[in-house]
Amino acid sequence: MTEKKPFDVEKIRQQFPILQRKVKGKDLVYFDNAATSQKPQAVIDTINSYYTQCNANIHRGLHTLADEATAKYEESRVSVQEFIGAEWHQEIIFTKGTTDGINIVASSWGRANLNTGDEIIISTLEHHSNIVPWQMIAEERGAILKVIPIDDEGVIDIEAFKKMLSEKTKMVSIIHVSNALGVINPVEEIIKLSHEKNALVLLDGAQSAVHLDIDVTQLDCDFFVFSAHKIYGPTGVGVLYGKKYLLEAMPPYQGGGEMIKEVSFEKTTYNELPFKFEAGTPNIGDVIAVKTAIDFIKEEGKEAMRNHEDNLLMYATEKLRTIEGLKIIGDVLNKVSVISFVIDGIHPQDLAILLDNQGIAVRTGHHCAQPLMKRLGIVGTTRASFAAYNTIEEIDKLMVALNKAIKMLK
Amino acid sequence: MADIKQIKEIEQTLIEDFSLFDEWEEKYEYLIDLGKKLAPLSGEFKTEDYKIKGCQSSVWIHSSYREGRVYFEGDSDAIIVKGLVSLMIMVLSGQQPKDIVEAPLDFINQIGLSSHLAQTRSNGLRAMIKQMKMDAGAWGHLV
Repeated sequence: MTEKKPFDVEKIRQQFPILQRKVKGKDLVYFDNAATSQKPQAVIDTINSYYTQCNANIHRGLHTLADEATAKYEESRVSVQEFIGAEWHQEIIFTKGTTDGINIVASSWGRANLNTGDEIIISTLEHHSNIVPWQMIAEERGAILKVIPIDDEGVIDIEAFKKMLSEKTKMVSIIHVSNALGVINPVEEIIKLSHEKNALVLLDGAQSAVHLDIDVTQLDCDFFVFSAHKIYGPTGVGVLYGKKYLLEAMPPYQGGGEMIKEVSFEKTTYNELPFKFEAGTPNIGDVIAVKTAIDFIKEEGKEAMRNHEDNLLMYATEKLRTIEGLKIIGDVLNKVSVISFVIDGIHPQDLAILLDNQGIAVRTGHHCAQPLMKRLGIVGTTRASFAAYNTIEEIDKLMVALNKAIKMLK
Repeated sequence: MADIKQIKEIEQTLIEDFSLFDEWEEKYEYLIDLGKKLAPLSGEFKTEDYKIKGCQSSVWIHSSYREGRVYFEGDSDAIIVKGLVSLMIMVLSGQQPKDIVEAPLDFINQIGLSSHLAQTRSNGLRAMIKQMKMDAGAWGHLV
Protein backbone atom coordinates (compact mmCIF):
# COMPACT_ATOMS: atom_id res chain seq x y z
CA MET A 1 0.00 0.00 0.00
CA THR A 2 1.28 3.41 -0.91
CA GLU A 3 0.67 6.18 1.55
CA LYS A 4 -2.37 8.31 0.82
CA LYS A 5 -1.48 11.83 -0.17
CA PRO A 6 -3.77 14.65 0.87
CA PHE A 7 -6.20 15.91 -1.74
CA ASP A 8 -5.01 19.26 -3.06
CA VAL A 9 -7.48 20.84 -5.45
CA GLU A 10 -5.08 23.67 -6.36
CA LYS A 11 -2.47 21.17 -7.50
CA ILE A 12 -5.10 19.42 -9.60
CA ARG A 13 -6.26 22.69 -11.12
CA GLN A 14 -2.71 23.50 -12.18
CA GLN A 15 -2.74 20.41 -14.37
CA PHE A 16 -5.68 21.69 -16.44
CA PRO A 17 -4.52 24.51 -18.71
CA ILE A 18 -8.05 25.35 -19.90
CA LEU A 19 -9.03 26.45 -16.40
CA GLN A 20 -6.79 29.48 -16.89
CA ARG A 21 -8.84 30.88 -19.71
CA LYS A 22 -11.34 33.68 -19.51
CA VAL A 23 -14.88 33.56 -20.82
CA LYS A 24 -16.49 36.91 -21.60
CA GLY A 25 -13.76 38.53 -19.57
CA LYS A 26 -14.37 36.41 -16.50
CA ASP A 27 -12.59 33.41 -15.01
CA LEU A 28 -14.10 30.28 -16.49
CA VAL A 29 -16.22 28.26 -14.08
CA TYR A 30 -16.69 24.92 -15.77
CA PHE A 31 -19.66 23.01 -14.38
CA ASP A 32 -20.49 20.93 -17.46
CA ASN A 33 -18.37 17.95 -16.54
CA ALA A 34 -21.14 15.42 -17.09
CA ALA A 35 -21.07 16.46 -20.76
CA THR A 36 -17.29 16.22 -20.97
CA SER A 37 -14.48 16.73 -18.52
CA GLN A 38 -11.48 18.92 -19.22
CA LYS A 39 -8.11 17.30 -19.97
CA PRO A 40 -4.99 17.41 -17.82
CA GLN A 41 -1.72 18.51 -19.42
CA ALA A 42 -0.42 14.92 -19.27
CA VAL A 43 -3.22 13.72 -21.59
CA ILE A 44 -2.58 16.57 -24.01
CA ASP A 45 1.15 15.78 -23.89
CA THR A 46 0.58 12.11 -24.64
CA ILE A 47 -1.41 12.95 -27.76
CA ASN A 48 1.22 15.46 -28.83
CA SER A 49 4.05 13.04 -28.19
CA TYR A 50 2.30 10.27 -30.09
CA TYR A 51 2.16 12.38 -33.25
CA THR A 52 5.62 13.89 -32.80
CA GLN A 53 7.41 10.70 -31.72
CA CYS A 54 5.76 7.43 -32.64
CA ASN A 55 2.89 7.75 -35.10
CA ALA A 56 2.55 4.50 -37.02
CA ASN A 57 -0.19 2.08 -37.89
CA ILE A 58 -0.47 -0.68 -35.34
CA HIS A 59 -0.46 -4.48 -35.30
CA ARG A 60 0.88 -4.89 -38.83
CA GLY A 61 4.07 -2.97 -39.47
CA LEU A 62 7.45 -4.57 -38.86
CA HIS A 63 9.32 -1.41 -38.01
CA THR A 64 10.25 0.32 -34.77
CA LEU A 65 7.53 2.96 -34.82
CA ALA A 66 4.85 0.36 -35.47
CA ASP A 67 6.18 -1.76 -32.61
CA GLU A 68 6.19 1.18 -30.22
CA ALA A 69 2.72 2.39 -31.20
CA THR A 70 1.34 -1.16 -30.94
CA ALA A 71 2.89 -1.66 -27.51
CA LYS A 72 1.44 1.61 -26.22
CA TYR A 73 -1.97 0.88 -27.73
CA GLU A 74 -2.09 -2.52 -26.05
CA GLU A 75 -0.79 -1.07 -22.76
CA SER A 76 -3.79 1.20 -22.82
CA ARG A 77 -6.06 -1.81 -23.18
CA VAL A 78 -4.51 -3.44 -20.12
CA SER A 79 -4.83 -0.18 -18.23
CA VAL A 80 -8.58 -0.09 -19.01
CA GLN A 81 -8.86 -3.75 -18.04
CA GLU A 82 -7.48 -2.92 -14.59
CA PHE A 83 -9.51 0.28 -14.32
CA ILE A 84 -12.80 -1.59 -14.59
CA GLY A 85 -11.70 -4.92 -13.14
CA ALA A 86 -12.14 -7.07 -16.24
CA GLU A 87 -10.77 -10.59 -16.12
CA TRP A 88 -9.23 -10.60 -19.61
CA HIS A 89 -7.70 -7.83 -21.74
CA GLN A 90 -9.46 -9.40 -24.75
CA GLU A 91 -12.71 -8.27 -23.16
CA ILE A 92 -11.79 -4.62 -23.72
CA ILE A 93 -12.88 -3.30 -27.13
CA PHE A 94 -11.95 0.24 -28.09
CA THR A 95 -14.88 2.11 -29.63
CA LYS A 96 -15.72 5.69 -30.59
CA GLY A 97 -17.59 6.20 -27.34
CA THR A 98 -20.48 5.06 -25.19
CA THR A 99 -23.02 5.43 -28.01
CA ASP A 100 -20.85 3.34 -30.31
CA GLY A 101 -20.50 0.64 -27.66
CA ILE A 102 -24.26 0.34 -27.17
CA ASN A 103 -24.79 0.24 -30.92
CA ILE A 104 -22.26 -2.58 -31.31
CA VAL A 105 -24.05 -4.70 -28.73
CA ALA A 106 -27.54 -3.86 -29.97
CA SER A 107 -26.61 -4.61 -33.59
CA SER A 108 -24.24 -7.51 -33.25
CA TRP A 109 -25.59 -9.32 -30.21
CA GLY A 110 -29.17 -8.28 -31.01
CA ARG A 111 -29.14 -9.54 -34.58
CA ALA A 112 -27.78 -12.91 -33.49
CA ASN A 113 -29.92 -13.38 -30.41
CA LEU A 114 -33.20 -11.47 -30.58
CA ASN A 115 -36.28 -13.07 -32.06
CA THR A 116 -39.94 -12.17 -32.42
CA GLY A 117 -41.55 -11.56 -29.05
CA ASP A 118 -38.27 -11.32 -27.10
CA GLU A 119 -38.09 -8.45 -24.67
CA ILE A 120 -35.50 -5.78 -23.97
CA ILE A 121 -35.86 -3.73 -20.78
CA ILE A 122 -34.52 -0.20 -20.32
CA SER A 123 -35.49 2.48 -17.78
CA THR A 124 -37.21 5.86 -17.97
CA LEU A 125 -33.87 7.47 -17.04
CA GLU A 126 -32.06 6.45 -20.21
CA HIS A 127 -30.03 8.76 -22.40
CA HIS A 128 -31.20 8.65 -26.03
CA SER A 129 -28.08 6.54 -26.74
CA ASN A 130 -29.52 3.72 -24.67
CA ILE A 131 -32.99 4.01 -26.19
CA VAL A 132 -32.64 4.44 -29.92
CA PRO A 133 -30.22 1.55 -30.71
CA TRP A 134 -32.60 -0.82 -28.91
CA GLN A 135 -35.63 0.60 -30.70
CA MET A 136 -33.86 0.06 -34.01
CA ILE A 137 -32.90 -3.56 -33.34
CA ALA A 138 -36.28 -4.31 -31.70
CA GLU A 139 -38.02 -3.13 -34.83
CA GLU A 140 -35.72 -5.17 -37.04
CA ARG A 141 -36.07 -8.35 -35.00
CA GLY A 142 -39.68 -8.08 -33.91
CA ALA A 143 -38.62 -7.72 -30.28
CA ILE A 144 -40.39 -5.61 -27.68
CA LEU A 145 -38.91 -2.71 -25.73
CA LYS A 146 -40.14 -2.30 -22.15
CA VAL A 147 -39.44 0.64 -19.87
CA ILE A 148 -39.02 0.53 -16.08
CA PRO A 149 -40.96 3.36 -14.42
CA ILE A 150 -39.38 5.79 -11.94
CA ASP A 151 -40.69 7.97 -9.13
CA ASP A 152 -40.69 11.78 -9.17
CA GLU A 153 -37.07 11.93 -7.96
CA GLY A 154 -35.84 9.60 -10.68
CA VAL A 155 -35.57 6.45 -8.55
CA ILE A 156 -36.19 3.21 -10.42
CA ASP A 157 -39.27 1.24 -9.35
CA ILE A 158 -37.60 -2.07 -8.61
CA GLU A 159 -40.89 -3.81 -7.80
CA ALA A 160 -42.23 -2.87 -11.22
CA PHE A 161 -38.99 -4.16 -12.74
CA LYS A 162 -39.41 -7.52 -10.98
CA LYS A 163 -42.87 -7.83 -12.51
CA MET A 164 -41.58 -6.94 -15.99
CA LEU A 165 -38.85 -9.57 -15.94
CA SER A 166 -39.77 -12.89 -17.48
CA GLU A 167 -38.37 -15.73 -19.53
CA LYS A 168 -38.93 -13.48 -22.56
CA THR A 169 -36.48 -10.88 -21.25
CA LYS A 170 -33.24 -11.24 -23.17
CA MET A 171 -31.49 -7.97 -22.38
CA VAL A 172 -31.68 -5.37 -19.62
CA SER A 173 -29.82 -2.22 -20.63
CA ILE A 174 -29.56 0.35 -17.88
CA ILE A 175 -27.86 3.65 -17.26
CA HIS A 176 -25.59 3.15 -14.24
CA VAL A 177 -25.79 6.80 -13.17
CA SER A 178 -28.37 9.16 -14.65
CA ASN A 179 -26.70 11.82 -16.79
CA ALA A 180 -29.64 14.18 -16.33
CA LEU A 181 -30.08 13.83 -12.56
CA GLY A 182 -26.96 12.14 -11.16
CA VAL A 183 -29.01 9.42 -9.44
CA ILE A 184 -27.14 6.11 -8.99
CA ASN A 185 -29.22 3.11 -10.01
CA PRO A 186 -29.36 -0.11 -7.95
CA VAL A 187 -27.43 -2.02 -10.59
CA GLU A 188 -26.29 -4.86 -8.30
CA GLU A 189 -29.90 -5.80 -7.65
CA ILE A 190 -30.89 -5.29 -11.29
CA ILE A 191 -28.07 -7.60 -12.42
CA LYS A 192 -28.96 -10.27 -9.87
CA LEU A 193 -32.65 -10.21 -10.75
CA SER A 194 -31.95 -10.23 -14.48
CA HIS A 195 -29.56 -13.15 -14.26
CA GLU A 196 -32.16 -15.15 -12.34
CA LYS A 197 -34.23 -14.94 -15.52
CA ASN A 198 -31.19 -15.60 -17.74
CA ALA A 199 -31.34 -12.08 -19.16
CA LEU A 200 -28.09 -10.25 -19.94
CA VAL A 201 -27.30 -6.82 -18.50
CA LEU A 202 -25.59 -3.92 -20.22
CA LEU A 203 -24.54 -1.01 -18.03
CA ASP A 204 -24.19 2.42 -19.58
CA GLY A 205 -21.26 3.66 -17.53
CA ALA A 206 -20.83 7.02 -19.27
CA GLN A 207 -21.43 8.89 -16.01
CA SER A 208 -20.34 6.27 -13.49
CA ALA A 209 -16.85 5.40 -14.75
CA VAL A 210 -15.29 8.63 -13.50
CA HIS A 211 -17.01 8.77 -10.11
CA LEU A 212 -17.59 5.22 -8.89
CA ASP A 213 -15.25 2.29 -8.36
CA ILE A 214 -16.03 -0.07 -11.19
CA ASP A 215 -15.39 -3.79 -10.96
CA VAL A 216 -17.21 -5.49 -13.80
CA THR A 217 -16.20 -8.93 -12.57
CA GLN A 218 -17.67 -8.35 -9.13
CA LEU A 219 -20.72 -6.56 -10.56
CA ASP A 220 -21.12 -9.50 -12.93
CA CYS A 221 -22.59 -7.25 -15.62
CA ASP A 222 -22.39 -8.74 -19.11
CA PHE A 223 -21.50 -5.53 -20.92
CA PHE A 224 -20.18 -2.21 -19.66
CA VAL A 225 -19.68 0.82 -21.88
CA PHE A 226 -18.15 4.24 -21.27
CA SER A 227 -16.43 7.18 -22.96
CA ALA A 228 -12.87 8.33 -22.37
CA HIS A 229 -13.74 12.01 -22.69
CA LYS A 230 -15.78 11.94 -19.50
CA ILE A 231 -12.87 10.48 -17.49
CA TYR A 232 -10.38 13.28 -18.28
CA GLY A 233 -9.37 11.53 -21.50
CA PRO A 234 -9.68 12.51 -25.16
CA THR A 235 -12.85 12.62 -27.25
CA GLY A 236 -13.47 10.00 -29.90
CA VAL A 237 -12.57 6.96 -27.79
CA GLY A 238 -14.74 4.72 -25.73
CA VAL A 239 -14.69 1.26 -24.27
CA LEU A 240 -16.95 -1.70 -24.69
CA TYR A 241 -16.39 -4.38 -22.09
CA GLY A 242 -18.13 -7.67 -22.73
CA LYS A 243 -17.76 -11.08 -21.13
CA LYS A 244 -15.38 -13.07 -23.28
CA TYR A 245 -17.78 -15.89 -24.11
CA LEU A 246 -20.41 -13.37 -25.23
CA LEU A 247 -18.03 -11.36 -27.40
CA GLU A 248 -16.64 -14.55 -28.92
CA ALA A 249 -20.11 -15.69 -29.92
CA MET A 250 -21.12 -12.32 -31.34
CA PRO A 251 -20.74 -11.75 -35.09
CA PRO A 252 -18.47 -8.84 -36.14
CA TYR A 253 -20.07 -5.39 -36.23
CA GLN A 254 -18.12 -3.91 -39.11
CA GLY A 255 -16.01 -5.57 -41.76
CA GLY A 256 -12.64 -4.30 -42.94
CA GLY A 257 -8.96 -4.35 -42.12
CA GLU A 258 -7.66 -5.44 -38.71
CA MET A 259 -10.74 -7.56 -37.92
CA ILE A 260 -9.88 -10.38 -40.33
CA LYS A 261 -7.76 -13.50 -40.16
CA GLU A 262 -7.89 -14.42 -43.82
CA VAL A 263 -9.74 -12.88 -46.75
CA SER A 264 -10.59 -14.45 -50.05
CA PHE A 265 -13.40 -13.60 -52.46
CA GLU A 266 -15.08 -16.85 -51.48
CA LYS A 267 -14.84 -16.66 -47.70
CA THR A 268 -13.35 -14.54 -44.97
CA THR A 269 -12.43 -15.74 -41.51
CA TYR A 270 -12.41 -13.29 -38.65
CA ASN A 271 -9.69 -12.28 -36.27
CA GLU A 272 -9.87 -13.18 -32.61
CA LEU A 273 -10.87 -10.89 -29.75
CA PRO A 274 -10.53 -8.00 -29.31
CA PHE A 275 -9.54 -7.26 -32.93
CA LYS A 276 -12.71 -8.81 -34.34
CA PHE A 277 -14.54 -5.68 -33.16
CA GLU A 278 -11.90 -3.12 -34.09
CA ALA A 279 -12.22 -2.92 -37.88
CA GLY A 280 -10.05 -0.38 -39.65
CA THR A 281 -7.26 1.78 -38.27
CA PRO A 282 -8.38 2.77 -34.80
CA ASN A 283 -8.00 6.14 -33.10
CA ILE A 284 -4.50 5.18 -31.99
CA GLY A 285 -3.24 8.46 -30.52
CA ASP A 286 -6.35 9.01 -28.43
CA VAL A 287 -6.51 5.39 -27.30
CA ILE A 288 -2.93 5.68 -26.03
CA ALA A 289 -3.93 8.81 -24.10
CA VAL A 290 -6.71 6.89 -22.34
CA LYS A 291 -4.01 5.24 -20.24
CA THR A 292 -2.67 8.67 -19.29
CA ALA A 293 -6.16 9.73 -18.18
CA ILE A 294 -6.49 6.58 -16.08
CA ASP A 295 -3.02 7.17 -14.62
CA PHE A 296 -4.11 10.67 -13.67
CA ILE A 297 -7.18 9.32 -11.84
CA LYS A 298 -5.08 6.63 -10.12
CA GLU A 299 -2.47 9.18 -9.09
CA GLU A 300 -5.01 11.51 -7.49
CA GLY A 301 -7.11 8.63 -6.19
CA LYS A 302 -10.67 8.00 -7.25
CA GLU A 303 -11.89 7.90 -3.67
CA ALA A 304 -10.22 11.20 -2.77
CA MET A 305 -11.68 12.79 -5.90
CA ARG A 306 -15.10 11.41 -5.07
CA ASN A 307 -14.95 12.73 -1.51
CA HIS A 308 -14.05 16.16 -2.80
CA GLU A 309 -16.85 16.05 -5.39
CA ASP A 310 -19.32 14.90 -2.74
CA ASN A 311 -18.37 17.88 -0.59
CA LEU A 312 -19.01 20.17 -3.56
CA LEU A 313 -22.32 18.44 -4.16
CA MET A 314 -23.44 18.85 -0.54
CA TYR A 315 -22.34 22.49 -0.42
CA ALA A 316 -24.07 23.33 -3.71
CA THR A 317 -27.23 21.46 -2.72
CA GLU A 318 -27.43 23.39 0.55
CA LYS A 319 -26.88 26.73 -1.19
CA LEU A 320 -29.30 26.07 -4.05
CA ARG A 321 -32.03 25.10 -1.62
CA THR A 322 -32.03 28.67 -0.29
CA ILE A 323 -33.21 30.03 -3.65
CA GLU A 324 -36.93 30.65 -3.67
CA GLY A 325 -38.84 28.64 -6.24
CA LEU A 326 -35.87 26.39 -7.02
CA LYS A 327 -36.45 22.66 -7.04
CA ILE A 328 -33.70 20.09 -7.29
CA ILE A 329 -34.73 17.18 -9.48
CA GLY A 330 -33.28 13.89 -8.33
CA ASP A 331 -32.92 15.06 -4.75
CA VAL A 332 -31.77 11.74 -3.32
CA LEU A 333 -28.80 10.68 -1.20
CA ASN A 334 -27.48 8.06 -3.58
CA LYS A 335 -26.10 10.23 -6.36
CA VAL A 336 -22.92 11.55 -7.92
CA SER A 337 -21.84 15.19 -8.17
CA VAL A 338 -24.57 16.32 -10.54
CA ILE A 339 -27.28 18.80 -9.59
CA SER A 340 -30.23 19.28 -11.87
CA PHE A 341 -32.76 21.93 -10.99
CA VAL A 342 -35.69 23.98 -12.21
CA ILE A 343 -36.81 27.42 -11.08
CA ASP A 344 -40.46 28.50 -11.12
CA GLY A 345 -41.26 30.75 -14.04
CA ILE A 346 -37.76 30.65 -15.53
CA HIS A 347 -36.82 28.84 -18.72
CA PRO A 348 -33.52 26.93 -18.41
CA GLN A 349 -32.24 28.43 -21.67
CA ASP A 350 -32.57 31.97 -20.30
CA LEU A 351 -30.58 30.93 -17.25
CA ALA A 352 -27.85 29.33 -19.35
CA ILE A 353 -27.43 32.46 -21.48
CA LEU A 354 -27.17 34.73 -18.47
CA LEU A 355 -24.80 32.37 -16.64
CA ASP A 356 -22.59 32.09 -19.73
CA ASN A 357 -22.29 35.86 -19.80
CA GLN A 358 -20.87 35.58 -16.29
CA GLY A 359 -18.30 32.98 -17.30
CA ILE A 360 -20.20 29.99 -15.95
CA ALA A 361 -20.70 26.90 -18.08
CA VAL A 362 -23.67 24.75 -17.09
CA ARG A 363 -25.83 22.53 -19.22
CA THR A 364 -29.48 23.22 -19.81
CA GLY A 365 -32.18 21.44 -21.71
CA HIS A 366 -33.41 17.89 -21.87
CA HIS A 367 -29.92 16.34 -21.52
CA CYS A 368 -30.65 13.91 -24.39
CA ALA A 369 -33.31 12.30 -22.21
CA GLN A 370 -36.57 13.59 -23.64
CA PRO A 371 -38.72 10.69 -22.35
CA LEU A 372 -37.36 11.37 -18.83
CA MET A 373 -38.24 15.07 -19.08
CA LYS A 374 -41.71 14.15 -20.30
CA ARG A 375 -42.15 11.79 -17.33
CA LEU A 376 -41.05 14.55 -14.93
CA GLY A 377 -43.38 17.02 -16.65
CA ILE A 378 -40.67 19.58 -17.44
CA VAL A 379 -39.12 20.97 -20.64
CA GLY A 380 -35.65 20.64 -19.23
CA THR A 381 -33.41 21.43 -16.30
CA THR A 382 -30.31 23.41 -15.54
CA ARG A 383 -27.53 21.00 -14.63
CA ALA A 384 -24.32 21.77 -12.78
CA SER A 385 -21.91 18.83 -12.67
CA PHE A 386 -18.68 18.88 -10.71
CA ALA A 387 -15.25 17.38 -11.32
CA ALA A 388 -12.18 17.00 -9.13
CA TYR A 389 -10.83 20.41 -10.18
CA ASN A 390 -13.92 22.38 -9.14
CA THR A 391 -13.95 24.40 -5.92
CA ILE A 392 -16.26 25.76 -3.23
CA GLU A 393 -15.34 29.28 -4.44
CA GLU A 394 -16.65 28.40 -7.88
CA ILE A 395 -19.97 27.31 -6.36
CA ASP A 396 -20.11 30.67 -4.57
CA LYS A 397 -19.59 32.32 -7.97
CA LEU A 398 -22.41 30.22 -9.38
CA MET A 399 -24.69 31.39 -6.58
CA VAL A 400 -23.89 35.06 -7.20
CA ALA A 401 -24.38 34.61 -10.94
CA LEU A 402 -27.58 32.66 -10.45
CA ASN A 403 -29.10 35.25 -8.14
CA LYS A 404 -28.21 37.96 -10.62
CA ALA A 405 -29.77 36.01 -13.50
CA ILE A 406 -32.96 35.38 -11.53
CA LYS A 407 -33.21 39.05 -10.64
CA MET A 408 -32.84 39.98 -14.30
CA LEU A 409 -35.46 37.49 -15.43
CA LYS A 410 -38.14 38.09 -12.82
CA MET B 1 -46.67 53.85 -47.18
CA ALA B 2 -44.01 56.49 -46.90
CA ASP B 3 -44.02 56.24 -43.12
CA ILE B 4 -42.67 52.69 -43.18
CA LYS B 5 -38.95 52.68 -42.61
CA GLN B 6 -36.69 50.53 -44.70
CA ILE B 7 -35.07 47.50 -43.05
CA LYS B 8 -31.66 49.19 -43.20
CA GLU B 9 -32.97 52.25 -41.36
CA ILE B 10 -34.51 50.18 -38.58
CA GLU B 11 -31.29 48.18 -38.26
CA GLN B 12 -29.33 51.45 -37.99
CA THR B 13 -31.59 52.68 -35.18
CA LEU B 14 -31.11 49.39 -33.32
CA ILE B 15 -27.33 49.56 -33.75
CA GLU B 16 -27.40 53.05 -32.24
CA ASP B 17 -29.67 51.93 -29.39
CA PHE B 18 -27.46 48.98 -28.54
CA SER B 19 -24.30 51.08 -28.72
CA LEU B 20 -25.55 52.91 -25.62
CA PHE B 21 -25.19 49.74 -23.58
CA ASP B 22 -21.86 49.49 -21.80
CA GLU B 23 -22.47 46.25 -19.96
CA TRP B 24 -23.79 42.91 -21.11
CA GLU B 25 -26.48 43.16 -18.43
CA GLU B 26 -28.05 46.19 -20.07
CA LYS B 27 -28.23 44.47 -23.42
CA TYR B 28 -29.94 41.42 -21.96
CA GLU B 29 -32.23 43.47 -19.72
CA TYR B 30 -33.33 45.26 -22.88
CA LEU B 31 -33.98 41.94 -24.65
CA ILE B 32 -35.85 40.57 -21.64
CA ASP B 33 -37.92 43.74 -21.57
CA LEU B 34 -38.68 43.41 -25.29
CA GLY B 35 -39.71 39.82 -24.66
CA LYS B 36 -42.04 40.79 -21.85
CA LYS B 37 -43.64 43.54 -23.91
CA LEU B 38 -44.13 41.54 -27.08
CA ALA B 39 -47.79 41.50 -28.11
CA PRO B 40 -49.16 38.06 -27.27
CA LEU B 41 -49.65 35.64 -30.12
CA SER B 42 -53.25 34.56 -30.45
CA GLY B 43 -53.83 31.05 -29.15
CA GLU B 44 -54.96 29.77 -32.55
CA PHE B 45 -51.42 30.25 -33.87
CA LYS B 46 -49.64 28.81 -30.83
CA THR B 47 -49.84 25.35 -32.29
CA GLU B 48 -47.50 22.76 -33.75
CA ASP B 49 -48.13 24.18 -37.23
CA TYR B 50 -46.47 27.48 -36.37
CA LYS B 51 -43.85 26.08 -34.02
CA ILE B 52 -40.16 26.15 -34.78
CA LYS B 53 -39.00 23.42 -32.48
CA GLY B 54 -35.52 23.89 -31.17
CA CYS B 55 -33.29 21.83 -28.94
CA GLN B 56 -33.89 23.99 -25.91
CA SER B 57 -36.78 26.36 -26.45
CA SER B 58 -39.67 26.76 -28.84
CA VAL B 59 -40.57 29.66 -31.09
CA TRP B 60 -43.87 30.31 -32.81
CA ILE B 61 -44.01 32.59 -35.85
CA HIS B 62 -47.20 33.51 -37.68
CA SER B 63 -47.26 35.72 -40.77
CA SER B 64 -49.98 37.48 -42.71
CA TYR B 65 -50.00 39.46 -45.94
CA ARG B 66 -51.73 42.77 -46.62
CA GLU B 67 -51.25 45.17 -49.52
CA GLY B 68 -47.93 43.82 -50.60
CA ARG B 69 -46.41 43.62 -47.13
CA VAL B 70 -45.73 40.75 -44.74
CA TYR B 71 -46.68 41.10 -41.08
CA PHE B 72 -45.26 38.87 -38.39
CA GLU B 73 -46.27 37.98 -34.87
CA GLY B 74 -44.60 35.47 -32.63
CA ASP B 75 -43.82 34.01 -29.23
CA SER B 76 -41.34 31.83 -27.36
CA ASP B 77 -41.35 29.93 -24.09
CA ALA B 78 -37.95 31.43 -23.19
CA ILE B 79 -37.92 35.15 -22.48
CA ILE B 80 -34.58 36.09 -24.07
CA VAL B 81 -35.54 34.24 -27.22
CA LYS B 82 -38.87 36.04 -27.08
CA GLY B 83 -36.88 39.27 -27.00
CA LEU B 84 -35.08 38.13 -30.14
CA VAL B 85 -38.46 37.35 -31.73
CA SER B 86 -39.56 40.89 -30.88
CA LEU B 87 -36.36 42.31 -32.35
CA MET B 88 -36.84 40.44 -35.62
CA ILE B 89 -40.47 41.52 -35.82
CA MET B 90 -39.37 45.14 -35.39
CA VAL B 91 -36.97 44.76 -38.30
CA LEU B 92 -38.96 42.57 -40.68
CA SER B 93 -42.66 43.01 -40.02
CA GLY B 94 -44.46 45.30 -42.46
CA GLN B 95 -41.77 44.99 -45.11
CA GLN B 96 -42.09 43.79 -48.67
CA PRO B 97 -41.40 40.10 -49.38
CA LYS B 98 -38.40 40.76 -51.59
CA ASP B 99 -36.78 43.07 -49.02
CA ILE B 100 -37.27 40.50 -46.27
CA VAL B 101 -35.87 37.64 -48.32
CA GLU B 102 -32.83 39.65 -49.39
CA ALA B 103 -32.08 41.34 -46.05
CA PRO B 104 -28.53 40.44 -44.96
CA LEU B 105 -29.42 41.33 -41.34
CA ASP B 106 -25.80 42.08 -40.45
CA PHE B 107 -27.00 44.30 -37.60
CA ILE B 108 -27.09 41.11 -35.48
CA ASN B 109 -23.29 40.99 -35.49
CA GLN B 110 -23.01 44.69 -34.87
CA ILE B 111 -25.22 44.64 -31.78
CA GLY B 112 -23.22 41.73 -30.36
CA LEU B 113 -25.82 39.02 -30.58
CA SER B 114 -24.12 36.83 -33.17
CA SER B 115 -23.59 34.09 -30.58
CA HIS B 116 -27.32 33.50 -30.84
CA LEU B 117 -26.75 32.46 -34.44
CA ALA B 118 -24.43 29.65 -33.32
CA GLN B 119 -25.53 26.12 -34.09
CA THR B 120 -26.17 25.28 -30.44
CA ARG B 121 -28.61 28.13 -30.18
CA SER B 122 -29.91 27.76 -33.70
CA ASN B 123 -33.46 27.68 -32.47
CA GLY B 124 -32.87 31.10 -30.97
CA LEU B 125 -32.35 33.10 -34.07
CA ARG B 126 -31.15 31.14 -37.07
CA ALA B 127 -34.27 28.99 -37.45
CA MET B 128 -36.46 31.99 -36.71
CA ILE B 129 -34.91 34.07 -39.50
CA LYS B 130 -35.09 31.15 -41.90
CA GLN B 131 -38.80 30.72 -41.19
CA MET B 132 -39.54 34.44 -41.57
CA LYS B 133 -37.72 34.56 -44.89
CA MET B 134 -39.49 31.44 -46.10
CA ASP B 135 -42.88 32.91 -45.16
CA ALA B 136 -42.02 36.15 -46.94
CA GLY B 137 -40.87 34.24 -50.00
CA ALA B 138 -44.10 32.29 -50.07
CA TRP B 139 -46.29 35.39 -49.73
CA GLY B 140 -44.37 37.14 -52.47
CA HIS B 141 -44.41 34.02 -54.67
CA LEU B 142 -40.65 34.30 -54.77
CA VAL B 143 -40.07 30.61 -54.20
